Amino acid sequence: MPALLAAVVAVLPLGYLAIRAGEGGLSTAVEVLVRERTLWLVLRSLGLTAAVTTACLVVGVGLAWLTTRTDLPARRTFGVLATLPLAVPSYVAAYAWISAFPSIAGFWGTFLVLSACSYPYVYLPVVAALRRSDPSLEEVSRSLGRSARATFLSVTVPQLRPAAAAGALLVALYTLSDFGAPSLLRYDVFTRVIHSSYRASFDRTPAAVLSILLVVLTVAITVAESRSRNRGGTARLGGGVARTAAAVPLGRLRPVAVGLCLAVAAVALAFPAGSLGYWLVRGSSASLDLDRLVGAATSTVGVSLLGALVTTALAVPVGVLAARYGTRPVRLVEHASYAGHALPGIVVALALVFFGIRFARPVYQETPLLVLAYAVLFLPVAVGAVRASVAQSPRRLEEVSRSLGTSAWTTLRRVTLPLAGPGIAAGAALVLLTCMKELPATLLLRPTGTDTLATRLWTETGAGAYAAAAPYAAMLVLLAAVPTFLLTNAQTRRAARSTEGAEPRDVMEGGSR
Amino acid sequence: MHRPHLLAPAVAVTLVASLAACSPTDGAPDGAAEETTGTAAEDGTLVIYSGRNENLVEPILEQLEDAVGVDVEVRYASSSELAAQLLEEGDASDADVFFSQDAGALGALAKADMLAELDETVTALVPESYRDADGRWVATSARARVLAYDPEQVPQIEEITAIDQILEPEYEGLIGYAPANASFHAFVTALRIERGEDEARQWLEDFKAQDPQAYENNNAVLDAVDGGQVAFGLINHYYWFQKVAELGEDEVSAKIHFLDNDDPGALVNVAGAGVLASTDMPEAAADAIAFLLSDDAQQYFADETAEYPVVQGITSATFDLQPLAELDSHQIDLNDLDSLDETLALLDEVGLT
Repeated sequence: MPALLAAVVAVLPLGYLAIRAGEGGLSTAVEVLVRERTLWLVLRSLGLTAAVTTACLVVGVGLAWLTTRTDLPARRTFGVLATLPLAVPSYVAAYAWISAFPSIAGFWGTFLVLSACSYPYVYLPVVAALRRSDPSLEEVSRSLGRSARATFLSVTVPQLRPAAAAGALLVALYTLSDFGAPSLLRYDVFTRVIHSSYRASFDRTPAAVLSILLVVLTVAITVAESRSRNRGGTARLGGGVARTAAAVPLGRLRPVAVGLCLAVAAVALAFPAGSLGYWLVRGSSASLDLDRLVGAATSTVGVSLLGALVTTALAVPVGVLAARYGTRPVRLVEHASYAGHALPGIVVALALVFFGIRFARPVYQETPLLVLAYAVLFLPVAVGAVRASVAQSPRRLEEVSRSLGTSAWTTLRRVTLPLAGPGIAAGAALVLLTCMKELPATLLLRPTGTDTLATRLWTETGAGAYAAAAPYAAMLVLLAAVPTFLLTNAQTRRAARSTEGAEPRDVMEGGSR
Repeated sequence: MHRPHLLAPAVAVTLVASLAACSPTDGAPDGAAEETTGTAAEDGTLVIYSGRNENLVEPILEQLEDAVGVDVEVRYASSSELAAQLLEEGDASDADVFFSQDAGALGALAKADMLAELDETVTALVPESYRDADGRWVATSARARVLAYDPEQVPQIEEITAIDQILEPEYEGLIGYAPANASFHAFVTALRIERGEDEARQWLEDFKAQDPQAYENNNAVLDAVDGGQVAFGLINHYYWFQKVAELGEDEVSAKIHFLDNDDPGALVNVAGAGVLASTDMPEAAADAIAFLLSDDAQQYFADETAEYPVVQGITSATFDLQPLAELDSHQIDLNDLDSLDETLALLDEVGLT
């Protein structure tokens, strides 16, 4: 049961938190929980999460539609640009904004930075879903007399719902767990308090109690998301064809659409990039140790690739099960896998320190344990992508395959996974990008002497050497651009190819690989 | 890299015994190096957990490797996170030495019985108030709390000699501080010890009424002063020197001001180091501590990181730093600062967290 393995991985931090929170006894836990401040933290965190998630849904779905279904000029360039903000660590973006506009601090600044950094979580799966979805449904709707807008709302949106919801869930959890942006932008949320509790008192009990509260909130959010998911069925007969849809002419709105795309790119990408350039010019620490940069880049790519592979491998069984069998144990496993993503990196890192040094001594502070930490932290990113893309591909084809005598495993390999391929690849790319900029767990668990781009960035900015930090940040964005670009390209080519062939070939082709 | 840990206790016992047998001569790095290169028993790797920034201390830790004569591995992260990591690792930790940005993290480890007693002859180089009363950690450099100020908003800075003066109504909303910062906590502890609980609480309540702006860390506070968003920032002195080194003095409009040395606002804090009780290389670890207090290392801190040396007779060749002895004529014993719990409880009650 590989899914069970994934579940065990995911609940490691919970076990640790239970042990640490239990140490202080019930009275300490109650005392931490009933403080008035805790209530405010809950409300503020939830408010921020709701606002950021909504903004990301609007921006992510909007951009995805514009770059895949309309005659937006240079839409492939915009498609790539739209994914790149994912490569900008929230702490870099936050620093860029706060240093230029100090008054942005507080709710609005945090909202802006987190939305700008995390809307690609929605954008990427929705683009994958749009590419997978069969435009003939929309064409039928249009031919039956529905307007473009009504078709979008009643035909396209329901098809996108699993992907958008999965993305929104990731955004919500990311918002809850992010520390960099709220701390720099001075908005008092959970993670900030959890961090300062470690920092200030070295007492791990209050931090653990607050973390458990955070997990409870997360579970509530994931349950709400899966309830909403279950309401909208996406059943369909036949495989459908993933071919390029006819572009919707934007007409007079074209300049407006371009303007919107540019505005998003400016806020999420150009501004932080510009700040990097400014640091480089302004500071005196601008020296480039090329060996170090290349070394950090190499190990970043190495551990992140491993992280993406392992995480995706663990996520496939969970995602497939979640999409196909909504039984209670499966749902439990799925929800458990989301816990890691909502916890601050430091909590997950300490949990792995706790278990690693006791039960996995040979790999403690070695690459395997770091990769495991990435899996705990980012499993939901991959699970969401797998589940959404499997849910979107028709169950009937699997049933046909099984009825023709193929084993469950072969069906998975030859039917389910090829159909869900682009979505899973998008998920893996997301994990890859997220691993690249991960900081707290990397700091504590990396092999001694190994630097990633994120840890170098932390070192340089910690010493106030912003100019020396700029090349590392720039390298991070550049590296992250490569998988994003390849991914967007591959998806476009795939879509183009299947248009040429006979309709059912897409499935056959995938299956014969 | 992975030492056989079943052997570790046995090796440790042997080494402690042999250490006790040979009386250490002095703390000079050269002598120390000679001593250890001859010790065949300790051929592992000395693991240092450093809460101090890699850019600031890497050069001196490279020298340390030469001086101690064994391979040295350094893991960098922030002090508090490393302390939490060490507490989770417990006796199984690979770490031999903890090099901390602040005394609080060392105190937390000492309290958990995770630090070994240091060699008295080495710690004696440092004034008593800058080392643990039980000899489990020792300061390696010192930093002073200062007021960073914006000269445009506070032209009359020379009139300000006490921390109470920032409570004047004209500075409402114009004070920046870093509430999660260990040095700020130390300042509050000093306030409590010097003035008693009631007066300290009164000060903090008045401070809170000033609507002070909370920042993530000292760098952020200094940036805010430099940008003119606040008039004052409560920071440590060397952040300003770092910023000036990065941008040039003309580019930094913020200045720093030392309060009277009998004021809690002029508290002197330390960075320090200790040896983990679970170390399997006690001798090399002891040499490492001795090296950090050697003249070379002390000169490095004075010249490169703009900190105060804690060993007498060293003055900075590059920075304009008053000797520590002149600053700390009326400083409290850092050992009294371990009532951190009470400080945090007080801050929590007042609502300054």
